[in-house]
Amino acid sequence: MSTALETTSLGKRYGRLWALRDCFLQVPAGCVAALVGPNGAGKTTLLHLAVGLSRPTTGHVTVFGRTPRDGTAFLSMVGFLAQDHPLYRTFTVAEMLEMGHKLNPRWDASLAASRLQALTIPLEQKVGKLSGGQQSQVALALTLAKRPQILLLDEPLASLDPLARREFLQMLMTAVAEDGLTVLLSSHIITDLERVCDYLVILSGGRVQLAGEIDEISRRHKVLSGPRRDEEAVAAVHNVIEVNHTVRQTTLLVKVNGQLFDPSWDVHDVSLEDIVLAYLGQPPINDLAAGTRNHVEALV
Amino acid sequence: MITFRLDTRSGLAPYLQIVQQVRHALRLGLLDVGDQLPTIKDVVATLAINPNTVLKAYRDLEREGLIESRPGQGTFVTKTLAGPSIKSHAALRRSLDRWLKEALAAGLDEESITALFVDTLRHAAEEGVA
Repeated sequence: MSTALETTSLGKRYGRLWALRDCFLQVPAGCVAALVGPNGAGKTTLLHLAVGLSRPTTGHVTVFGRTPRDGTAFLSMVGFLAQDHPLYRTFTVAEMLEMGHKLNPRWDASLAASRLQALTIPLEQKVGKLSGGQQSQVALALTLAKRPQILLLDEPLASLDPLARREFLQMLMTAVAEDGLTVLLSSHIITDLERVCDYLVILSGGRVQLAGEIDEISRRHKVLSGPRRDEEAVAAVHNVIEVNHTVRQTTLLVKVNGQLFDPSWDVHDVSLEDIVLAYLGQPPINDLAAGTRNHVEALV
Repeated sequence: MITFRLDTRSGLAPYLQIVQQVRHALRLGLLDVGDQLPTIKDVVATLAINPNTVLKAYRDLEREGLIESRPGQGTFVTKTLAGPSIKSHAALRRSLDRWLKEALAAGLDEESITALFVDTLRHAAEEGVA
């Protein structure tokens, strides 16, 4: 499978603070990738670097082999929807469509109009008078009418109620089915992600904690439970992500490397949500090299 | 035509839920050879689900020889899982209905009924009856 978005030791520093660091990613073409992490994890920074809204301090990013420096050839390929789905509030929906038409070389006017009509959004209505859910749908329809090959969405679901969220995702998934477009969306709502996404990137503290296909991630992560004991024997072979001891029991969330042999552990499957929460609750322990480097820097 | 549902709390991967629902419908005779499955686009539009997930489920079913996708036409059932036992389903369902009424009359709630059924099934399996 070809790569849609690739970053190589990508980093961004604001003053003395690294917003993103040592970011290596290869997002396959045609997938719907979720970018998950707490506030301040570097999600928006990564998206802004990917679309060329800001310049990297280190490394570089390419989208289908092109960099943001490639100008219009790059821009016509990439769709980006910012967090607050920005629209001109005093424009009517029809005027927003007209603007999109004037500004974009590959604009598909009929597609945008038919999508909005299907949602019964009146084209003559002022954008500012629409509900939040409708505004997000207008913004998405505009972004899709540009016919991008990759669509980057910054927290598209955050401000939406459950119904609006469902309608937004229906429009997005239909577009993926019709156009085979690649999507990278950031979110801290984990529940919707499993039905929508097939690739996951977990960011925390400006670093990539985990990236991969969701099926593979689900398969590799297990919860082990058994009588209370030290986790060291397990940690020697597998990556222990989370440890819980009670008086009698030990429970480990583990990224399994190869086979689990010790029959004294009960092995359970674990939900994607629990996997994500485990990674977000931890310092970057799966990235041992980076952890060591941090430590060294702290000592110096 | 079959309509898929998605239970996000089941812990089962979405594509496996679709596979399971098709197999279930084939077993109960709700889907028969020649029946069409919903198009990927339809499933995507109703469930707001990733098209790759539906594609993966259909590929799995195709690999098992249960369905076949014909380019330009859609996806069709090629094999049923119902077997000859399907003829007895109606009579069995009626006696199960009677049994359920008895259980409800005896004061069992849905959870107790399920527990009793699953437990009996397991015992029967252990004794080699089922």
